[in-house]
Order: sequence, then C-alpha cells, then structure tokens
Amino acid sequence: MDHIDMNRLKTGEVNLGTSIMAVQFNGGVVIGADSRTTTGSYIANRVTDKLTHIHDRIYCCRSGSAADTQAVADAVHYQLQMYTQMSGGAPAVHTAAALFQRICYENKDALSAGIIVAGWDKDVGASVYNIPLGGGLFRQPWAIGGSGSTYVYGYCDATYKEGWGRDETVEFVKNTLSLAMSRDGSSGGVIRMCVITEEGVERLFIPGNELPKFWEGYEVLGQATKKLVEDIAPMAVET
Amino acid sequence: MTSIGTGYDLSASTYSPDGRIFQVEYATKAVENSGTAIGVKVNDGIVLAVEKLIHSKLLVPEANRRIQTIDRHIGLATAGLLADGRNITTRARDEAVNYREAYNAPTPLKILADRLGLYVQAYTLYSSVRPFGISTILGAVDKDGPSLYVVEPSGVFFGYNGAAVGKGRQLAKTELEKLKLSELTTREAVYEAARIIYLVHEDAKEKEFELELSWIGKETDGVHLPVPKDLHRDAEAKAKAALETFE
Repeated sequence: MDHIDMNRLKTGEVNLGTSIMAVQFNGGVVIGADSRTTTGSYIANRVTDKLTHIHDRIYCCRSGSAADTQAVADAVHYQLQMYTQMSGGAPAVHTAAALFQRICYENKDALSAGIIVAGWDKDVGASVYNIPLGGGLFRQPWAIGGSGSTYVYGYCDATYKEGWGRDETVEFVKNTLSLAMSRDGSSGGVIRMCVITEEGVERLFIPGNELPKFWEGYEVLGQATKKLVEDIAPMAVET
Repeated sequence: MTSIGTGYDLSASTYSPDGRIFQVEYATKAVENSGTAIGVKVNDGIVLAVEKLIHSKLLVPEANRRIQTIDRHIGLATAGLLADGRNITTRARDEAVNYREAYNAPTPLKILADRLGLYVQAYTLYSSVRPFGISTILGAVDKDGPSLYVVEPSGVFFGYNGAAVGKGRQLAKTELEKLKLSELTTREAVYEAARIIYLVHEDAKEKEFELELSWIGKETDGVHLPVPKDLHRDAEAKAKAALETFE
C-alpha cells in the first residue's frame, strides 16, 4: 500500500525509507516512527525525528522524500496558523488532513510523500488520517506506513483490538515498529513516539538497544544435519 | 442629515468633514424601503421569514425569492435592492464552495459572514462603485449549533439571537424581544416568524405581499429548506387569526 517507488526519487535524494504508525484510542492517539534516514545505502541520519508538529494537538508521521514531506508539513503548518487566527480556535484534525491531502493530490506527479496525520480535537476527539502516495484521504482506527509497514500488516491485523487504553496502545506501537525495523533494511535506529491527548503531547523514546525483542532466528543447517545423523536408527540386519 | 447638498455625498470614497460616508447611509435608506426580513435563532434551529411585496398581480407566485440557499446548511435572506441580493447570493455561494474545496468541510457561518463582510466593505472604498443597497440575514446550523448574522451595507456584521431588517424592523425587533427564544422549538418559531411578518405588514396594508418561510433544524436534518406547504399554510392562517386579536 505504502510502497515507495524508488524510481520517483532522484538519485542521491534523502529518503525516509520508513516505518511509521498511528493508532487512536479512547481519549487520544499514539504515533510512532523509526529514526533512519538514508541516501541509497548510506544512513544520513540515525536519530531522525519523523514525528512532525503541525499544531498544538496535531502531528504527522512522514514517509517518502525527506525534502518533499518537510516542505508539505511546513506549508500545512503555515496554513493552520492562519486558519487559527481567522477562526479563533484550534483546527480539527480533519482540517489538517484535508490540507495535506490537497497538496499531495494536486502535486502527485512531483511528490513522493506518504503521510499519516493524527491528533486530538474537541469535535471528534482522537482521530487518525492516512494519506498514501496518490493523495487519497482515509480515516482509520490505526494506520501504518513507509517501506517497513509491508512486513507488519499481518501482525497489526492479528493484534489490534478496539477499546484499548493508552498503555496497551503504546505497547502495540512499540512492538509493531520494532518488528518492522528488524525486517526492513531501510528502517532502524530508535523508536520515537508521541501520545496526543486533550491534556497535551507526551514524547516517548526507546533507544536502539532497548527495542522489544522477538524471535531472531539461528543458524539451522549445522545443528540440523548433526541431529539427523544422530537420530537415524541403525538398519536392522537380516540374518 | 444637515450636510446634504454640500457635495460630500457624491462619492463613497470621500468622507464628510465630520467623518461620515453619506453613500453608505443612503444605502441603508434603500434597505429601509424594502419589505421586512427576519431571522430567528432557537436552541435547535433557525427560521428565516420575508415579507415580499408584490408590485404587480401579473407576477408568477413564488418567483424572485428573497430567501436563498447558500450551502446545504446555510440560508440567506435579504432586504433592499433585489438585484444586489442576487449578487451577494452568488458571492456567498462562491465563498462556501471555496471553503469546502480548501478544507473539505461545511463552512462555519462565522467565517462566511466574515468573508461576505469583507466583500461588502470593499464596495464602500471606491468612487467607481456604489455600496450594496441591502442588509443580509445569514442563518445556519453548523458544527457549533445554530447561528444568525446580519451583514449591513457598510460591511459590518453582528451575530444575533433574533434579527430584523427592512421597513418594519423596529416593530419586528420589539416582537422578537418578547419571545422566549431559548424555550421555542424550530417549529414553534415558524409560527412566531409568520405572525411577526403579518403584524409588521399592517402599516403597508394596501400593498399585496407574499410570505416566504424557510428553516434549518432537527426536522430538516440540518438542511436549509423552504417550510413545507402544509406548515406554511397553517402558520399563515394562525398569523392572520392572531392579527384579529392583536388589535
């Protein structure tokens, strides 16, 4: 779904070959991302912050070209500042998402940007909007994006439950991102997360050596061969 | 208006020595010559009503409406020059579409009133144009509930609980003040609005008029619609009956 077409990137362009994620829960959203930024096979930044502030209670997760997504996020940030002054109140998450979508759709030929917008507003509470490569706009209870997301769709489908609280949601995001980062070569580093509620935005940080661990495999061949030989029962000899 | 004839009233781009713009004041006179228009805000909706004076029996009934729909949830009623009302309607619709395209959401009335106010005010700045000869009542039910605004020829706009513009506005306002707006349903407000329009028409009895009624509320699912025929007829009948006892 969020597969990044590498041909659309110029050679040498800085790329957020990414694992990003946002999940809503009752009263807020948890957003998260890995921290790897690459130019080809070179890691240009291993502690990147892909969780970008758009408004007081609205953040976005960026994937695709770093330059493109930064420019789009800056443009939306500016437009929402203007909107806030005009309307005299904080914008809805939907408003921010609609502004992102407009830019992503109208410039789809020039941009490589897959963005997840998430946050809290007084109209609908917490919400997550996914804006994949072509510039569509989809409200979802949870969304994953970036090259790493393709490895963990099954995990998310099997694990996600409605009605979670804050802590369970944080665990879910942390585990999903860790799994994605371990399989995807373009994702890695640390996990950055934000919990956005009416009260405010709380940042969480998981260093690279404290990522949740899952099955990591071992060399099968040597051991297996040995076992096979040992277990073979000697053939009965006919007399 | 003692300074009339001193030459300061020929252009909207020139102040009089005491700081007035006569062309704008004359525009409000154009509004005062028009049939009354009122707007009522209650807890769960909005009612708009217009006393449309009929200057010829040959006119097709219900033609040249002075209540228009701007967006699904926004209604507009004008008092003043009919043609100016149509121009402001077109502009309001453009603004509503513009907002929808930009933000993918229905226009909050506060923002529409703001933009229309800017538009109307621009016509008080140049010698090449005349100010709008209309006062516009805007009503809507948006995400913040019902709201009601009036945009005047000068470009200022105010929010109201009950609004009246046009010839019979003074009497209409005193009648609106008597109502307990917070206790009325939208349906009840339709009857009150019809009654007030019939009441203020008493002063111009010799002229025929047509009652225009529209509403937005729970019963219309938040959509601006003309009041249904049967309710319209009933409200009209009750208004006429109330008139007898009012004397």
